Amino acid sequence: MAKKVAFLQGNEAAAQGALYAGCTFFGGYPITPSTEVAEVMSVELPKIGGKFIQMEDEIGAMASVIGASLTGAKVLTATSGPGLSLKQELIGYACIAETPCVIVNVMRGGPSTGMPTGPSQSDVMCAKWGTHGDHPAICLTPASVQELFEETVRAFNLAEKYRTPVMVMPDEIVAHMRERIVFPEPGELEVINRTAPSVSPAEYKPYDTSFGDVPPLAAFGSDYRFHVTGLNKGQDGFPTTKAAWVQAEEERQVRKVEANVDDIVTFEEYELADAEVAVIAYGSTSRSARFAVNEARKQGIKAGLFRIKTFWPFPDKQIAALAGKVKAFITPEMNLGMCTGEVKRCAEGKASVHGIFRVDGEPINPGQILEKIKEVK
Amino acid sequence: MSFDYDKYIRPGKLPHIWCPGCGHGIVMKGLIRAIDTLGLQKNNTAIVSGIGCASRLPGYMDFCTLHTAHGRAAAFATGVKMAKPEMNVILVGGDGDGTAIGGNHFIHACRRNIDMTYIIMNNNIYGMTGGQFSPCTPTGAKASTTVYGNPDPAFDVAKLAIGAGATFVARGTAYHATQIDKLIAEAIQHKGFSVVEILDDCPTTYGRRNKFKSVIEMMNRLKDIAVPVKAAEKMTAEQLEGKILTGVLYKEERPNYTDEYAKVIERAKK
Repeated sequence: MAKKVAFLQGNEAAAQGALYAGCTFFGGYPITPSTEVAEVMSVELPKIGGKFIQMEDEIGAMASVIGASLTGAKVLTATSGPGLSLKQELIGYACIAETPCVIVNVMRGGPSTGMPTGPSQSDVMCAKWGTHGDHPAICLTPASVQELFEETVRAFNLAEKYRTPVMVMPDEIVAHMRERIVFPEPGELEVINRTAPSVSPAEYKPYDTSFGDVPPLAAFGSDYRFHVTGLNKGQDGFPTTKAAWVQAEEERQVRKVEANVDDIVTFEEYELADAEVAVIAYGSTSRSARFAVNEARKQGIKAGLFRIKTFWPFPDKQIAALAGKVKAFITPEMNLGMCTGEVKRCAEGKASVHGIFRVDGEPINPGQILEKIKEVK
Repeated sequence: MSFDYDKYIRPGKLPHIWCPGCGHGIVMKGLIRAIDTLGLQKNNTAIVSGIGCASRLPGYMDFCTLHTAHGRAAAFATGVKMAKPEMNVILVGGDGDGTAIGGNHFIHACRRNIDMTYIIMNNNIYGMTGGQFSPCTPTGAKASTTVYGNPDPAFDVAKLAIGAGATFVARGTAYHATQIDKLIAEAIQHKGFSVVEILDDCPTTYGRRNKFKSVIEMMNRLKDIAVPVKAAEKMTAEQLEGKILTGVLYKEERPNYTDEYAKVIERAKK
C-alpha cells in the first residue's frame, strides 16, 4: 500500500508528529510563528477524545501541560522566544518535579518582541540555561518538515523515557516552509510510553532510585497517590533540606540525561571522510551549508558538513574528534555565535573556528558559506 | 466520639509549619470535615496549591497533592481537571499567591467556570517572606514594605471572583470555624468554579505590626466584623460600615468548562 504523502507546513508536521506519538493534551497561548501548532491540535485532539485548551498566558499554558502530564497524559505546548522566556519558570518546575512534557519553540528574532516573523536561531542557549538552577536539557533542532515530524515523535519518546521536558526548536524557516512529507505508518517509528510503577501503591515513591536514575511515574487519579512539589525533594517526593538528599537528587536529575548522551545525541555527517574544512550547522542554516559544501566540492575543495540534530546535549565528543581531523570549522548561525562558542569549547584549539552570524531576519545563504570555505581552506 | 482527622492526614507529616495562632490549621480542619461529609475518595481527589504558608497545606493531606509554583495553582489544576474531569480538584492558597502573582490564572478559572473549588486563606499579608503587603492588605496598614502605612487599596476577593465569572462565592472566617466545612462542602458540591474566601490571621507578621496585642484580639476582630448575609439584609448602610459579609454571597447555575468541552469532542467526532 502506498504511504500517505502530503504537502505540509513545518508547524503542521510538528502537530502531526505529536499525534503520532500519542499526545492527548495541548495547552497553549497564541504566538507567532508557532500558532499553527496550536491550531492543528485544536482541530485534531477533540476528534480522538483528547483535550485542547488555550490558556490565559504562556505560564498558564506550561502549567496546564504539567498538570495534565501528572494524570498520565502525553502533553505538548508550543511557543516562540518571548513565550519561551515566560515558560522558563515552569520548565524548571517540570525539570525538578520530573514531569514529561514537550515544548515546540519556533525560533524568531529576539531579544524581547524582536522580529516576530523573522527567522532566528537565537534561543538555543535559552533552551539550556533559560531556567535557573542546575537541570537537564534536551533540545532538538530539525532541518526539514519531515524531520520536524520525526523529531517531535522522538521528543515525546525522550520526555517519557527520561521524565523531563524536551524542546523541539525549529527556526522560523523550518516551521513555516512547506515540503513533501511521507507519513510513517503506525508502528513504523518507535513510540515510547511512560513506565508504570511496578510496586504497590503503599510502597510507591515518585523518585525511588532503586529503579535507577529514572524512577517510574504514577498518575493522579489512579490507585497511586503521591505528592509533587517544586521544592528540592527526597525520594518520597516531600520537601527536604537534608543536604545529602538534595545533593543526590540534583545530581541524579542532571545525570539521567548526561549519562545517556549516546542514546540522545543525533547528528548527520556529510562528506566528512576526507574533509579539511567542516561546516557545523543546524536547522535551516544546514540546508544552505549543504549547498555550499556541494559547490565547494565541485571546485575541488575538500569541504564537509556536520549537521547537529540534537543541540542539547551538545555533540561534544563528535566535534572534539572532528577537530583532530579537519583544519577549520565554519559555524554559520542566525545569532551572534551561540553554537560557535560551544564548537570552540569542544575544538580546544585543535581546529580554527570561523563564525558566520546573521541577526537581521534574513537566512544565511549558500554563497556566504561558500565564500568563507574558500577563505579558510 | 470526636472527629478523626488523622485518617486524612499523611502519616509522619505533622507538625505543620504554621505559627501558633495562625488560622490556616483551622481552615485545613474545615476542609477535612467537608471532604469527610461528602465522602470524597482520596485517589480521586487532587489538592493543588501555589507558594506561601497556606500553600503548604496539600503536603499534609493524604490525597493526590500538587504543590506548584507561586501563583500557578489554578493553571496547573486546570490541566489536571481537563485531562481527568472525573477527579475532584480543590485549590488552596493565600491572598498574595492567588490575587497578585496568580491573579490572571484566578480570574480566568472563574471565567471558564471550570468545576473546581478554590479556598483562599486571606490573612492580608505575605507571611512566608516576612510580612510584605499583599493586594489584600488594608489601606493604611503596616507591613515590612509599608512602614509608613499602605498606600494601596485592597482587593475584595469575593467581588473579584463574582466579577470574573465564578458561579459560587462564599466567605467565612477562621473565628467561625464550624461554618468553614459547611461552606467548603457546598462549594465542592457546586458544579462550576467555586471560591471560598476564609479571612484568617497572621499574628507573626501582620498582627504585631498593626497593634494587635494577641491572637485572641485578632480572632475577636474577625468575630466583630463578620455579618452573615441574611442578617445584613436587615441592616442599614451605616450599620454595615466596616463590616464584612459572610456566608454564601453568590450562586448561579451556568455550564461548566469540562462539560462544555465534552460537547466540543462530540461535535469534532461527527
